[in-house]
Amino acid sequence: MLQAIEGYSQYIMGPRIPTFLMLAWAAVVLGGCGESLDPNEPQGFIQTKGSDTMVNAIQMVSEEFMKEYPHIFVAVTGGGSGVGIASLINQTCEVATASRDMKPKEIEMALQRGVNPKEIVIAYDGVAVIVNKNNPIEKLTIEELHRIFTGKATNWRQFGGRDVPIVTLSREVSSGTHLYFKEEVIQLGQKDNKEEFSKETLLLTSSQAIVEEVAGNEGAIGYLGMGYLSERTKALWVGKGQEFHPPDIENVLQKTYPLSRPLYAYTNGEPQGIVRRFIDFMLSPKGQRQFMETGFVPVGETVAREQP
Amino acid sequence: MPENSHESVASHTVPHGPEADRPTFWTRTRRRIGEPVVEACIRLSGLAVVAFVFLIFLFLLKDSLSLFREYPLGQFLFGTQWLPISDPPQFGVVPLLLGSLYVTAWAILICVPLGVGSAMFISEVAPKHLKNVLKSLIEILASIPSVVLGFLGIIWLAPVLRNTFGLSTGMCGLTGSLLLAFMALPTIISISEDALTGVPRTYREAAYGLGATRWQTLWRIVLPSASSGILAAVMLGIGRVVGETMVVLMVTGNAPVMPRSILQPLRTLTATIAGEMGETVGGSEHYFALFAVGLVLFAITFAINFVADLFLRRARK
Repeated sequence: MLQAIEGYSQYIMGPRIPTFLMLAWAAVVLGGCGESLDPNEPQGFIQTKGSDTMVNAIQMVSEEFMKEYPHIFVAVTGGGSGVGIASLINQTCEVATASRDMKPKEIEMALQRGVNPKEIVIAYDGVAVIVNKNNPIEKLTIEELHRIFTGKATNWRQFGGRDVPIVTLSREVSSGTHLYFKEEVIQLGQKDNKEEFSKETLLLTSSQAIVEEVAGNEGAIGYLGMGYLSERTKALWVGKGQEFHPPDIENVLQKTYPLSRPLYAYTNGEPQGIVRRFIDFMLSPKGQRQFMETGFVPVGETVAREQP
Repeated sequence: MPENSHESVASHTVPHGPEADRPTFWTRTRRRIGEPVVEACIRLSGLAVVAFVFLIFLFLLKDSLSLFREYPLGQFLFGTQWLPISDPPQFGVVPLLLGSLYVTAWAILICVPLGVGSAMFISEVAPKHLKNVLKSLIEILASIPSVVLGFLGIIWLAPVLRNTFGLSTGMCGLTGSLLLAFMALPTIISISEDALTGVPRTYREAAYGLGATRWQTLWRIVLPSASSGILAAVMLGIGRVVGETMVVLMVTGNAPVMPRSILQPLRTLTATIAGEMGETVGGSEHYFALFAVGLVLFAITFAINFVADLFLRRARK
């Protein structure tokens, strides 16, 4: 339940967090003024916004980061990759996190507004397809997923399962995972493919809401970042052709899991000053370990190999 | 009026004696300078409200009209597809509008009989101690945040409805309607209850005097006399239901289909704005389309308030 609350917290207190935290940060900094504050010590405020897939990982990274640099405050907000990119263009955040790359139209819009987006790959992720634990299906091909999510197949019987209607779940259109899934599964990787998600598809506001519905509904199928996998649902093995692989670190790293993708951070121009420090920290072994702990695949091979 | 209140305050603080009535230097100055200032402030805040409403409307109108420079108005108003991130995008408002209408209509069907019934019970039937308990409980009901109701909807109500009606998913219009009805209840109950209590005692006494039973008095005398207030309560309830966002965003499934039944996932106007606003870039087509949806919503609530006002005036005459 608490986890579910986190998923919606952006709506309850989304806009309030930064102000509140800024005040807290101001109090810390001003309070510290009386003591000896080394003027050379880095200080400031970084707003990161974007991907819900990564929001937990980024939160953990920034907590570690703030331990190292107590005078820099990092605020982490979700909302979806689209939200992050939009706020980078609207210049309301310093770092936008995204589980998809920027569309040419977005880059054009950014340049028009004097924002020069710089793309940095910070981790890798597999998009896991989850079903209810009582669903006997274990594996599906991309082609089969395509038929399910475009509404061409409507009953699990068609895949050798029980006689239960399929309920497809998706994230809202602001989600980068939504867009990635659309490109890879709905359009089968062809840009000129005009197919759409079945209109019956439920658009849910958070990955946690998808977990809740799949956990309780035998006919449901949904997708989400590997970081949200749990015991309450079952992740399918996904394959292209005859070869099926589960969504795990090894298969994402080897790119054998077909729905593998990079996760990005975007900054306005080459990162400078404290933003540079934050990005460097994310890419450092210490930062990458946080990504691994929240279920993602680190960029540096070294960190990945460290795992037992 | 203000002068009286000044003097009554003064007579409390200053003890007896003739001096108490004579205006001191300060009260005189306050009257000469203070009152015009206060009056100006009040007038200004009154005008500000009018100006804000007008400005909000202009702002909505300006941004919505920007959409129709690139996207034909007919396709927006009569289009049956809402595909904002496709290429080319489709901004047909009909499925969203119907979604809102379905959810609202069902919520009203559920909450109006319940609400007016409870109000009748509280004001006419319930003994005094029960009445006080019920009234405070209803106030507590009103203070439950909508997001909390949304949760109960996802975790408890949706699975219950799925099993009861044998649906493929519990995230459907009815879940939203039930929760919205629940949210509108406190408004409807407390305003209707006020209206019923406001019916003069003499009406009741006259009815009893003519030999009417308690039920006859309530149904034929008290209820019709309070009808304008009850209607206002219902209209305010509808206003609350149409504009409510969080609950529907969380529990109705948000599938932008043309709804055929209330037991199906659907997407409302409010949920669309809330779900998509964050990702739009200021000045993009999608951004303007959401403003246009906002304008449609504004037009609906405006019409409801207008009708409510019309009814109230007619009832008063």
